[in-house]
Amino acid sequence: METVTGHAMKGALEYIGLDRISGPLVVISGVKGVGFGELVEIVPSDGQSRQGRILSISEDVAVVEVFEGTSGLAQPTTRVRFLGRPFEIIVSREEVLGRIFDGLGQPLDGGPVPLRGERRNINGLPINPVARAYPQDFIQTGISAIDGMNTLVRGQKLPIFSGSGLPHNDLAAQIVRQARLLTEDEGFAVIFGAMGVRHDEAETFRRSFEESGVLKKVAMFLNLADDPTVERLITPRIALTVAEYLAFEEGMHILVILTDMTNYCEALREVATSKGEVPSRKGYPGYLYSDLASIYERAGRIIDRQGSITQIAILTMPDDDITHPIPDLTGYITEGQIVLDRSLAQRGIYPPINVLPSLSRLMSDGIGEGRTRKDHGNLASQLYAAYARARQVQRLASIIGEEDLSATDKLYHTFAREFHERFLQQGADENRTITRTLELGWELVMLLPEQELTRVKPEEIDQYGKKRTSI
Amino acid sequence: MESATQQTLVTMISGPVVKARPAHRFSMNEMVEVGDERLVGEVIDLDEDLATIQVYEDTTGLRPGAAVYAKGLPLYVELGPGLIGEIFDGVQRPLEILRGKWGDFIRRGKTGTALPRDRVWQFTPSVKHGAVVSPGEILGELPESQLITHRIMVPPGVQGTLEHIVPKGDYTLDDVIAVIRSPSDTIHELKLFHRWPVRKIRPYRERLVPSEPLITGQRVIDTFFPLARGGTAGIPGGFGTGKTVAQHQLSKWADADIIVYIGCGERGNEMTGVLVDLPKLLDPRTQHPLIERTILIANTSDMPVAAREASIYTGVTIAEYYRDMGYDVALMADSTSRWAEALREISGRLEEMPAEEGFPAYLASRLAAFYERAGQVVSLAGKKGSVTLIGAVSPPGGDFSEPVTMHTKRFVQCFWALDKELASARYFPAINYLQSYSAYISVVEPWWTEKVGSTWKTLREKTINILQEDSRLQNIVKLLGEEALPDDQKRIIEGARLIKNDFLQQSAYDPVDTYAGPEKQFLLLDVILHFIERLADVVKARIPLFRATELPVVVEIHRLKFTQRGDDPGPFMSIKERIDKEINALLHRQDT
Ligand SMILES: Nc1ncnc2c1ncn2[C@@H]1O[C@H](COP(=O)(O)OP(=O)(O)OP(=O)(O)O)[C@@H](O)[C@H]1O
Ligand SMILES: [Mg+2]
Repeated sequence: METVTGHAMKGALEYIGLDRISGPLVVISGVKGVGFGELVEIVPSDGQSRQGRILSISEDVAVVEVFEGTSGLAQPTTRVRFLGRPFEIIVSREEVLGRIFDGLGQPLDGGPVPLRGERRNINGLPINPVARAYPQDFIQTGISAIDGMNTLVRGQKLPIFSGSGLPHNDLAAQIVRQARLLTEDEGFAVIFGAMGVRHDEAETFRRSFEESGVLKKVAMFLNLADDPTVERLITPRIALTVAEYLAFEEGMHILVILTDMTNYCEALREVATSKGEVPSRKGYPGYLYSDLASIYERAGRIIDRQGSITQIAILTMPDDDITHPIPDLTGYITEGQIVLDRSLAQRGIYPPINVLPSLSRLMSDGIGEGRTRKDHGNLASQLYAAYARARQVQRLASIIGEEDLSATDKLYHTFAREFHERFLQQGADENRTITRTLELGWELVMLLPEQELTRVKPEEIDQYGKKRTSI
Repeated sequence: MESATQQTLVTMISGPVVKARPAHRFSMNEMVEVGDERLVGEVIDLDEDLATIQVYEDTTGLRPGAAVYAKGLPLYVELGPGLIGEIFDGVQRPLEILRGKWGDFIRRGKTGTALPRDRVWQFTPSVKHGAVVSPGEILGELPESQLITHRIMVPPGVQGTLEHIVPKGDYTLDDVIAVIRSPSDTIHELKLFHRWPVRKIRPYRERLVPSEPLITGQRVIDTFFPLARGGTAGIPGGFGTGKTVAQHQLSKWADADIIVYIGCGERGNEMTGVLVDLPKLLDPRTQHPLIERTILIANTSDMPVAAREASIYTGVTIAEYYRDMGYDVALMADSTSRWAEALREISGRLEEMPAEEGFPAYLASRLAAFYERAGQVVSLAGKKGSVTLIGAVSPPGGDFSEPVTMHTKRFVQCFWALDKELASARYFPAINYLQSYSAYISVVEPWWTEKVGSTWKTLREKTINILQEDSRLQNIVKLLGEEALPDDQKRIIEGARLIKNDFLQQSAYDPVDTYAGPEKQFLLLDVILHFIERLADVVKARIPLFRATELPVVVEIHRLKFTQRGDDPGPFMSIKERIDKEINALLHRQDT
């Protein structure tokens, strides 16, 4: 390796020359007086400045990750400026909502760079657990599989685990359109963070926001597929910094959509590999869990503050494998997950939500008397038990044939079909009330003999199950 | 005095790992403060003149050249009144105080003391001036919470003649309450608290073999995979299988005197949940709010990773302290995998040679050392106390063959394996009864047969036989369907279904079902088995089994766990009678 000693110019903060370029990283020696994690400006000879961040610093060597990538950088001529502060953005309600920015927070809509407002470190700070308010306000999404069985609440982080080609974007857009937290409340906004998504995907979202008339309430941060990879590490943090400001300073209810977290994780892996770190599973760094937590935990509610941050992150499971580190570690951090299933999608079912691996951990506190309805919890549990058994029966039927099933199993077989066709299946614009969803649920469980219904109470069967009209 | 040239300065920063030189002033595991903001750290490696420090706070903005200050003590916790009902971070910073100081978000830097200095405690001495006291001896006590009497002990390592002891009265932690002159004429001034290094096991007189059950009120645990006071348990399971809910249940209902709950690298809202629930729930034994016996440690996943590593030790040291007073303490750590990952992350930054899956080679020995701190002991003061350790394990991909699960399995006596498939059918607790085990079954058996029911052992064994037989039959059912089985085998399937639905399944969210005392467990199982046994008569009489499973009494059996608390055996007895009546009627109808 050729050593080009960077020498100071313009005070102690600007240096010329890079010691080494490796993947998205550059190494600069002879550096004094700069701090860990601080922001760096890299100016190649063409003058198009890039940004970066200090990953490690010793007495005279700084390792910097360059968000826009290092391609085109020349070792001897590149100038490096250490800014002495972490990555910050300026946030305000007026200059951010209704706008479109790139993945680093620069305007893409021809509008001005936000100048007035509060300057905030994009890494945020951990919320003190004693300051958190437990989320428990039901959000009606109008989607039965979610409202009925995996209820979303205000301040929850509930990701969508999908696969490439599955309709996760449609589902997310439908949630944005229908979620009652949005339409009921004036003080709401949507923050959309895209990491490595295609142009047309971002455009679909934009159009969907426009059609539902919320565009003025949306801020979009777009790192698109052809944008620099390392920038993806910044985009969700910018989005969440804006969300935190709006939620906890301005008292707004914020829905944050982050897509696609798989691209984010791959960018993280790229940087880790360039640093020569010892990888853990599938080449991802051992701190992937902590890193993801520093994003996902930025959701919730705070005692005595008005607003909330509800987070829906979308990720595509590589090979549809839920045990892959990205969905796996996400599931370990988030408060549940909505899992999309290819075989359901292939059968033409929309939304193709497989309820069995799906979960909402905050459901039990967000439902029941005074929130949804008192039978909700038991009914959901019964639907789960019945559907789990019904799937087994379907498997059995494919071996021994439907005719040879026992009488009870035949009923479970019918249950599975009805569940798919009537409960899961709904239109992309079909907005079901929670009452309708629960009704549908009861119609389904009542297909089964009463002694099979061990999760619901006899009086619930009398009150809700038997009043049904017809199927 | 330090001269400027001698001062230890930071030379390198990489996340939570900082190097500094010169290091001759430092000792291994010494606590240090780094930079102007005095970030708390610990020396974890000394190599020639270079010290490696793990910093318990965010290091953003820290620069080479920043000063490092030695504290002269290893990483310690403060032990004294004021722990109960409080919530601390991984290095014992009080989170309520932090909130008062900085607001809703956690910042870094100096925070003051772990235990409040302004609070007044009513201390009553129990020894007299002139007495000769030894380490661990109890000097007096004070009410710490409605439930807990805090015993003030001579700290380990201190002994001699009591030169002075204060009279009964109100004191703060800063007051000297006793003066001891050691045989070598050193004067020790004792306060209501002392410091103890977290990585060092607190001494005791004698270790006992665990012999009593720790009742958790969770049927599948107490009846099938019981825990003993002073024992160890691991709860492995993929995400969403119920580790946290299980640990919350245990911290609510386990019949320990003190609960230490460590949220180690997990969700913020889960700690909030505990904070919301515990003040409202009453201890079934004392009717006092459960928070009055609980200490919380929260180092959530977004808090600094190095403090996550320390949180486990902070927690277990506090647990040992109450054990030394003669209490039974149960500690939950959720999740030990996050602790192991913190080890891995630090190890990676130190560029140590990785062993399995990037974990350092010392992972196994660290885990062993942690579980070694469990036990039932006779304390230095001669009191019987215990620390029970229950660790959640979060295996990547739910695969139990990964290093943390494998090693944990070697060091724990109870293994409660959670099952993804059960969880996805919302069958909770999702403890897989074929993969789980407990080494304490024979240990707790005398207690159950003596205190609860003389037939406990046979009842338990019969149940297990049915479940095992059932799982064998399920393999056939999967291929051929239930219809293909003869009636006596169908009886097993039906019986197992009853055991699973009406006994093993237990809802954490149902106000009655959430806790089942030993009597209820016994009575309920007795009823269910009675029914299963009577089913044999039905089969013998060649009556189709569904006629029996459709009997009205079956619904009554289903309801028992939701309606009865077990303090009155009457309802269980009358259900047994109804079972006989209805089955007899069925048999009789057949005869005529
Ligand atoms: N005993 C129980 N009764 C009722 N519901 C339960 C019970 N145990 C678990 N659950 C349900 O399962 C969900 C997941 O449980 P939990 O949060 O304990 O999982 P976990 O194993 O800790 O997951 P992670 O590793 O991601 O933290 C809960 O939110 C709850 O809905
Ligand atoms: Mg958990």
